[in-house]
Amino acid sequence: MVDFLTRRLMQSALILLGVSLITFALLYLLPADPVRQIAGRSATPQTVANIREQLGLDQPFIVQYWRYLLNLLQADLGRSYLQKTEVTSLISARIPASLLLMAGAIFCELVIGLTMGILAALRRGSTMDNSLMIASFVGVSAPQFVVGLLLLYVFAVQLNWFPIGGYGTLAHLVLPSMTLAILGSGWYSRMMRSSMIEVLRQDFIRTAHAKGLSKMRVLLRHALPNAILPIIAMIGIDVGIFMGGIVVVESVFGWPGIGQLAWQAIQRVDIPIIMGVTLVSACAIVIGNLVADIASLFADPRIKIR
Amino acid sequence: MKKFLISTALCGSLILPATAFSDAHSDMDPNAKTGGNIIITYKDDVATLDPAIGYDWQNWSMIKSLYDGLMDYRPGTTDLRPGLAENYSVSDDGMVFTFKIRPGVKFHNGREMSAEDVKYSLDRVTNPVTQSPGAGFFASINGFDAISNGETDTLSGVSVIDPLTLKITLSRPDATFLHVMGLNFASVVAKEAVEQAGADFGKTAMGTGAFKLGEWTIGQRLVFEKNEDYWREGLPYLDSVTFEVGQEPIVALLRLQNGEVDVPGDGIPPAKFQEVMSDPDQAARVIEGGQLHTGYITLNVKMPPFDNVLVRKAVNMAINKERITQVINGRAVPATQPLPPSMPGYTEGYEGYAFDPAAAKKLLADAGFPEGFETELFVMNTDPNPRIAQAIQQDLSNVGIKASIQSLAQASVIAAGGEADQAPMIWSGGMAWIADFPDASNFYGPILGCAGAVQGGWNWSWYCNQEIDAMATEADSMTDPDAVEARLQTWSDIYMKVMEDAPWVPVFNEQRYTMRSGRMGGADSLYVDPVSIPVNYDYVYVNDVQ
Repeated sequence: MVDFLTRRLMQSALILLGVSLITFALLYLLPADPVRQIAGRSATPQTVANIREQLGLDQPFIVQYWRYLLNLLQADLGRSYLQKTEVTSLISARIPASLLLMAGAIFCELVIGLTMGILAALRRGSTMDNSLMIASFVGVSAPQFVVGLLLLYVFAVQLNWFPIGGYGTLAHLVLPSMTLAILGSGWYSRMMRSSMIEVLRQDFIRTAHAKGLSKMRVLLRHALPNAILPIIAMIGIDVGIFMGGIVVVESVFGWPGIGQLAWQAIQRVDIPIIMGVTLVSACAIVIGNLVADIASLFADPRIKIR
Repeated sequence: MKKFLISTALCGSLILPATAFSDAHSDMDPNAKTGGNIIITYKDDVATLDPAIGYDWQNWSMIKSLYDGLMDYRPGTTDLRPGLAENYSVSDDGMVFTFKIRPGVKFHNGREMSAEDVKYSLDRVTNPVTQSPGAGFFASINGFDAISNGETDTLSGVSVIDPLTLKITLSRPDATFLHVMGLNFASVVAKEAVEQAGADFGKTAMGTGAFKLGEWTIGQRLVFEKNEDYWREGLPYLDSVTFEVGQEPIVALLRLQNGEVDVPGDGIPPAKFQEVMSDPDQAARVIEGGQLHTGYITLNVKMPPFDNVLVRKAVNMAINKERITQVINGRAVPATQPLPPSMPGYTEGYEGYAFDPAAAKKLLADAGFPEGFETELFVMNTDPNPRIAQAIQQDLSNVGIKASIQSLAQASVIAAGGEADQAPMIWSGGMAWIADFPDASNFYGPILGCAGAVQGGWNWSWYCNQEIDAMATEADSMTDPDAVEARLQTWSDIYMKVMEDAPWVPVFNEQRYTMRSGRMGGADSLYVDPVSIPVNYDYVYVNDVQ
């Protein structure tokens, strides 16, 4: 187990190094000059040159990247070009909100997605199965910006059940979580349905029924633990999908997470923030996958550490 | 997005002695009530409140309320008035300004503000270490070059005579200098607060303004609290202002309709405009204001075929500006020239190039392109700009010009415009020029003059006419109060000559539309204040208190 963890952590570090290199290179190659953005329209060439030198942007790529890595090792993500504040403090001020949103969304999509998937599998081929699967298809296909605004309009403006955007209470969390969960639950329900159908065909289910166990007990004790295994691995992958989704959802709901921060930084070529958010998201994905793998280990004794 | 100041002030007031201004109290509203809190929303987070750095839509008027400079503007207008300067005098040659500082003005920390603080603030904003986007505005102060080269860290042209007297010497006559002293970049900051906060100063605030910074929860909310010791007596009317950031304009409007918000800082979103205007109750609370803005298409004179003036004129005639204003729900007026109509120096009666596709085709044939040609139109990728680009594309195709649209992020369009051989045509929307201060010169230098036609510059048409540049220099040297009319005439002539060479297609001048809640009071002009953009928080009030 310790071996496995060490190996996986080393792999993760390599992945993060690769992500940092690729992102840094892409930003370096971007046909937009951050110094011009900082210096403004009235700047003299002298001012522009001064700022370029102060930020070290006059150095060759390798030197810039090396400096960035050295700072990174000391957990220093640099200072924002435009806000002048430390990127670590900007990100850490916003991380709790994004994590909360992610937790809310994963909870909602598991509850909705798994329920839909199980019901569809149990009534396979029925009208309910078909309508649930059509609903999940709509959920997967619907653009989150539109879904978010629709939910806001119906449940916050018209029905007044939830606040119109913002952050703070549990009520604020419901609509943005649901917006993210509608997409995710579509995937989970389809996955759960096929996994469940597969398991229900197995001999041990027939045996369980033959032993005279109740339908509910067969389902919950024998079928579900087996059917849910692929879902656990999927949650890890899901973290990556969320990182994309929260940019949109956070902006619709005024949710103060790192998605908003990234979006504004991208528009203004604020490279330290873009790098910081990318690395933090990459970390989240790597950790998500690692946790999912470990969880699978415990959930499924058939998986062996190699 | 950058945002810049506006106004219709008479340049004439520039050089008049301060006694020409009446006292501050005449700007008080007799109906105003004191107290209460309002909620303003913005989509983008506030990047900084450092007056040397802030240059955004949302922080411009916030900084105006937290800080003061030597000069200021009457609320809702573009008329200059003294701010922290009680009065000032100008030498006969217009090169030396002596400011008398208002006594007894206190920073939010209770310390009295003096001429030393003004000097410190000007040294700080011009020092390249500060990285201020506004440093270039102070280029006419003596010693600017030395400080921006890093040779020194103090402006030799700014000297403290006594704690309440400051003398500023210029290196060249500058008719716009008092406007520069009214910019946010010239705000007076408290040295001890800057030194204490270091690089994080932008997340704090220490000025002499009507409000002080109460709470700031990053990414969520800022609260400004009334400065009880504010030197303009009776102001501000409000006890506090809450800014909620990260709110989509559509969501902000829904909240306004629900009574949760007082002013949507980003205005009425285009998609909702018709709905709002068709409801009499809401339409009554909509406020319209002009801005010193021109939206234009740049034609790169260094890239064939736009090096041919006939082609540039043909493009000017091919564009149906009336129809383009309809793309944005008529929230603009068609433009004929670079200056917007409310800017002094605007040429009345000039028709520009009228929409005439037949004549445009003929000009193209004369220029040797009877079949038209292929080119590229660069545009920023946020609504409504791609839609406007499509309208332009269609107009061009009617005269045989096939333009492919390059829809890119703002920074990439700006970068392409700053290269001599990359962008044949750029639609300026989303990056367009809004005046930093209300003076005709502000539409020339960086965007039409030779100084801007350099790599990384803002003159995206790469138009450089030495003769016109010389006229501009001459106009800005006319600091004599009696020469105001002559100076405006020179600027008018300059823009007419530019139009003869047609490096731009001036398309429209945008109007600003905003809205307020039913409980808010104060003149309409405060909500579309040309200087304290977008709202002048110091002078607005609410009716449901007391």
